[in-house]
Amino acid sequence: MRFAVAVEVHLREGVADPQGATIERSLPYLGFEGVSGVRVGKLIRFTIDGDDEASVRREVEELCHRFLANPVIEDTTVRIEELVR
Amino acid sequence: MTTVGVVLFPGSNCEMDVIEAVRGLGAGAEILWHGDRSVGDVDAVILPGGFAHGDYLRPGAIARFSPIMAAVEKFARDGGPVVGICNGFQVLTEAGLLPGALQKNRGLKFLCTTVEVRVETTDSVLTTVADEGQVLRIPINHFEGNYTCSPGVLAELRASDRVVLRYVDNPNGSVDDIAGICNETRNVVGLMPHPERASNPLLGSDDGLVLLRSLLVAASSMA
Repeated sequence: MRFAVAVEVHLREGVADPQGATIERSLPYLGFEGVSGVRVGKLIRFTIDGDDEASVRREVEELCHRFLANPVIEDTTVRIEELVR
Repeated sequence: MTTVGVVLFPGSNCEMDVIEAVRGLGAGAEILWHGDRSVGDVDAVILPGGFAHGDYLRPGAIARFSPIMAAVEKFARDGGPVVGICNGFQVLTEAGLLPGALQKNRGLKFLCTTVEVRVETTDSVLTTVADEGQVLRIPINHFEGNYTCSPGVLAELRASDRVVLRYVDNPNGSVDDIAGICNETRNVVGLMPHPERASNPLLGSDDGLVLLRSLLVAASSMA
C-alpha cells in the first residue's frame, strides 16, 4: 500500500517566532485587522509504502523525531492518506 | 606536533581561516572530509563555520548524519577536545553533543559584526588559558545564533558552570546572553563567535587567539 504523507513542522508553543510576529505586525498596514497568533512553519510532503496506516504512522513519527523536526524547539503534525492505485 | 582536524562539509566556508589561525600558533592543522569514517590521529577537532549542506531543513540537520560525525562523537566520548564554531555549534546541538538549539536571530537580521563576549569559566577546553571575566572582541556572522533551551537545561548549564561565553550586549536574543557552552565533561564546546576571524591585529582583533591557544593546550595533552 502507498500513502501520501504531509508533515507540518511548527515551533513549539512558547518558542518565540520572529517571522510570525513580523508578519502579524505588517498585516494592519495592508488593511487586515484582527489577525493574531501568526506562526510560521514548514510543510513537508512525501509518499511512503507500507503494510497499513498504523505501521506507516509509527515510521513517520520516528522520521519526524530523528530528522524532520528538532524536538528542542519544534513539534510536528502528521497527516496520512492512503493512495488508491 | 599537536594537530587539529578541521571538518569540511559541503558548504563549510571557514575551514581555511581556522587552519591558518591554528598554524599561525605553531600547531598542525588538516582537513577532515565529511565522508570519511575516521578522524585519523588528530588531537582536537574543529567543526568550522559555513552553511553545511546549504543549511537545508535546519542548520546542521543533515551534516550531523555525515559519516565523519560518528567518529567525531566517539572522539568526544573518549575525551578528545571538540569545538564547533558558528555552523559547527549548530551541528553539535543537532548531533546531541551539546544541549539546546539555535534559532533565527531575534529581529530576523543576519548579523555580521564584531561583538564583545565575556569569558565566564576557564574550565573548558576553549578557555583554560583565558582569564575569567576577560572580555574579548570577536566577530559574529550568523542568522541562526539565538541560543535556546528548556528552563531545566538552562538551570543545569548555570548550576554546573557550563556557560563558557556570554555576550556583553546580546545581539541575537540568546537566552541568558549565551554565546558559548560546553558539555558535562567540558571537552566539547560550541560558540557562535568566530575566534579564527580575530587571530591577527590586521583583522581588527587578535582576541580569538587566547581561545585557540587554550584548545591547543587541551589538544597537546591528548598528543
